[in-house]
This record gives sequence, structure tokens and C-alpha cells, in this order.
Amino acid sequence: MATSGNLIQVKDLVKTFESRIHALDHVSLAINQGDVVVIVGPSGSGKSTFLRSLNLLEEPTSGEVIFEGVNIAGKRVNIDVHRQKMGMVFQHFNLFPHLTILQNMTLAPMKVKKIPQKEAEEKALALLDRVGLRDRAEAYPIQLSGGQKQRVAIVRALCMEPEVMLFDEPTSALDPEMVGEVLEVMKSLAREGMTMVVVTHEMGFAREVATRVIFMDSGKIVEENPPEEFFQNPQSERLKDFLAKVL
Amino acid sequence: MVLHFEKMLQYAPYFQRGMLYTILLSACTVAIGFVLALAVALIRISKPGKSLLSRGCNKALHFITGLYIEVVRGTPMLVQVMIVYYVLFHPKLLPKPQFTLFGFITGDLFVPALVAISLNSGAYVAEIVRAGIQGVDYGQTEACRSLGMTKLQNMRYIVLPQAIKNILPAIANEFVTIIKESSVCSVIGVQELMKNTQQVQGASFLPAEPLLIAAALYLCMTVPTSKIIAYFERRMRRGDQR
Ligand SMILES: Nc1ncnc2c1ncn2[C@@H]1O[C@H](COP(=O)(O)OP(=O)(O)O)[C@@H](O)[C@H]1O
Ligand SMILES: [Mg+2]
Repeated sequence: MATSGNLIQVKDLVKTFESRIHALDHVSLAINQGDVVVIVGPSGSGKSTFLRSLNLLEEPTSGEVIFEGVNIAGKRVNIDVHRQKMGMVFQHFNLFPHLTILQNMTLAPMKVKKIPQKEAEEKALALLDRVGLRDRAEAYPIQLSGGQKQRVAIVRALCMEPEVMLFDEPTSALDPEMVGEVLEVMKSLAREGMTMVVVTHEMGFAREVATRVIFMDSGKIVEENPPEEFFQNPQSERLKDFLAKVL
Repeated sequence: MVLHFEKMLQYAPYFQRGMLYTILLSACTVAIGFVLALAVALIRISKPGKSLLSRGCNKALHFITGLYIEVVRGTPMLVQVMIVYYVLFHPKLLPKPQFTLFGFITGDLFVPALVAISLNSGAYVAEIVRAGIQGVDYGQTEACRSLGMTKLQNMRYIVLPQAIKNILPAIANEFVTIIKESSVCSVIGVQELMKNTQQVQGASFLPAEPLLIAAALYLCMTVPTSKIIAYFERRMRRGDQR
């Protein structure tokens, strides 16, 4: 476990695509246990790249990602061991279409953690119950609405009992009437003390549950503040512009 | 021209055995060819690791599989069958297996034929499998890996099941193709349908009737095969279409 109280510490992270696109430009950030960090910023500012670097879906060009005291961006790290403890929710859900909802949820616990099927299913069903989808356990993803799919994607990640949950625009692909049900699940997670890093355009969510809001632009963290400060008293011109557009 | 199909009746066992031989040879070929194709496809999509050794191995394997596919695609199957039979299974190189199945399938011909057309099929199917794997949305892999599953688990539980479902029609097509193409094995004396048809021609002194019957029998094998696999494909797909 981390000794400093930082669950994740990002140090001087750089990500360059095709040796000319500077998606992340020396980004540093500490995320504590129980933090709900919301990342906002214009399209192409590097939000996804940053989030995906946290669980090494994107391999940083340089810099460190220290998770529970281990630099998981270093060489000779078995990343699979660390990813188990970092749940991720994607914009396009990425449920496994050939598996039922229950199978979607039990596959990783059974194959990675070697949890017996019965136990994994009980846990999955309890989580499905929590998001009001217990009766869809035997359905296939195609049979669910977008909002239902995203709720399943969240509990699928929770089945692994992660230390932190990463969300990349979890409501951006949803019809407006389904955004609320997904945000509700995320809020309840936050209230329970789950550490979360959320890229979103939902400023209401940021205001309500974020412990810190981060504004990214051109691969840099431009501003970082608690929500009241962030929204009421933006410092940089770029954030003022951005807020003027989205609020 | 008058056709004497009634004279063919006494040769029914020839056709029967020929058909059985063709089906068995084709089924085994699809199975072995698919496993071979899978291995080749996985090599061709593999990315080199970080160590020098891993990069070297990767490069060598890519070269070998690339060469294999080029050679198979660039030469006639007739030549491939003859090379496998006369060169690879030359007594001084590889002994011909000696066994008998059902009393009429002998290993000394069956195995070289199987090796030859499996090698041929594997090269074509490898490209199908590769396209199938690459056709699976990369988000699937990301979701799977984000749950802590390994590359191998991702392949086995997430990517391959979806890829295989997508390429099933192409594999079915391959089975149909092999049923037809396996007829070239008659040149080395393999007693499949075409070879037996030629023997009936010789024995009955009738050139046309055996050929017409052979054509009908090939159709009897290829048409239902396509239909059966189309049926299973629909069934498998039901899961994601309801
Ligand atoms: N796989 C990639 N290859 C090349 N460029 C990429 C890739 N992924 C992201 N980028 C580029 O990196 C920059 C940051 O992208 P991204 O992190 O997706 O931004 P955001 O999520 O804030 O919209 C963009 O300029 C984008 O075009
Ligand atoms: Mg993004």
C-alpha cells in the first residue's frame, strides 16, 4: 500500500503520438484515497490520454504513474496485476456482446481472481440489484438501452473490487434521458467513498460530487481547484472562455 | 446421345466410398487448416516485445509465415500436392504412414493428401482469421485488459469468439472449396470421389455418366454444407440480435 496517502501519483507524464502530437505535456497530479477528481477541458486537450495512461492503456512516452507505491509505467511491471484494482468505464460501454450480462460481470473475477463461479455470480447479482438490473442478468448487451449498458459496465468493473474507478465520458454516448440514471450510480459510488477519476462534460456532476476539478488544455493541467473555487473563481483566461461556453 | 445411368448402379459402392473419402479428407483439412491458420494469424498480428530476442523471434516468424502464404498463393495446388507427395513424403525424407481406415482409406495416400491441402487451406484461412481478429472492435480488448485479464485471456475469451463468429461464413466457404479442390488429389492416386469416378469410367467404358454423377454428388455435398453452416451462424447470432 501507499505510505504517503496518495493512491495514485502522476509525475511528469509525457505522451507523444507519432513523435509530433504532444497529447500530454509534463502532467503531474496526486490522487488521494476517496478523491473524486473530475477532468474537464476542450476536445483534444488530452483528457482521455491522461485517464488511459493511469491504467497504462496508453503507454506514456516518459514520466511515472505511481499506484499504491509502485511505478506501473516502469519496465518489468506486470501491469495486469495492477489493472485489476483500477476499474475503467468507457464512453461506448464496451460490453462483451457474445456474453450475457452476468457472464460479462463474472468473467474477470473467475479468470483473473479465480473466484468460484457461484460466488462470482452472487456478487454480480447483488451489484446488478444495486443498479436495478437484476432481472436482466441473462440478457445480452444488445437487448439493453444505452443507460442500462453503461450501468452494467460500471458494475462489471466493480466486480473486481477496484481501488479506483476511471470514467472516460461515461454519459457522452447516451440519449439525454438516460444520462441521469448513470450519473446517479456514479454519485452513489462517490458518496460511498470510492476513489474516482472522471472525464466528463457534466458540470452539474462536477459541482455536486467532485472533490477537485481539473481543467486541461493542450496536454497540460491548466487549473486545479475544489468545485466552488473552480466554477466561481476561474483564474486563467482559457478556463473562463471554456466555462463561458459550457455553462 | 443416350445416357445409360442404369449401368451405373453396379458401381454405386465406388461412388459411395469416394464421397466418404472426400468428406473425411475435407473435414480433417478444415480442422487442421484452421488450427494452422490460427497459429499463422496470431503470429502475423503479434507485435514485437521490448527485448532484442523477442524482436528477433518476431521478425523471423513474420518472415516465415509471410513466405509460407506467398508460396501457397503463388503456386498451383496441383503442384503443391505433388511436391508434398513426391518430395516431402519421399521415402528417404518422411516415411508414409501405414494404416487403414474403414478398409479403403490408406494412410500412405491419405496423410500426404491431408498435409498438402491443409497447408494450402491454412494459408488462405490465415488471412481470413487475421481479418476477423482485426475486425473485432479494439474497445473490446481495452475493456478486457482494463479488468486485469492477460493478452492471452483477452484472445481466448473476448477476441477469438467474436472473430470466429464473424468469419464463420468464410470458413464454411472454405469447407465447400476444399470439397471441390480436394479432387486434385486424384493425381497422386488418392481414392477420393474424382479418382473413383475415373475408375468407373474405365471399368464401364462410359465416359459421360460417371462424370455427371460425380458432379451431382459434389453438389450434394457442397450445397447442404453451406446451408447447415448458415443455420448455425444464424443460431449463434441470435444472442446479439434479439
Ligand atoms: N492513438 C492516437 N494516435 C494519434 N494521436 C492521438 C491518439 N490518441 C489521441 N491522439 C491525439 O492526442 C490529443 C489528445 O487526445 P485525447 O486525449 O483523446 O483528447 P480528449 O480526450 O481531451 O478529447 C489529440 O490531439 C488527439 O488527436
Ligand atoms: Mg476523450
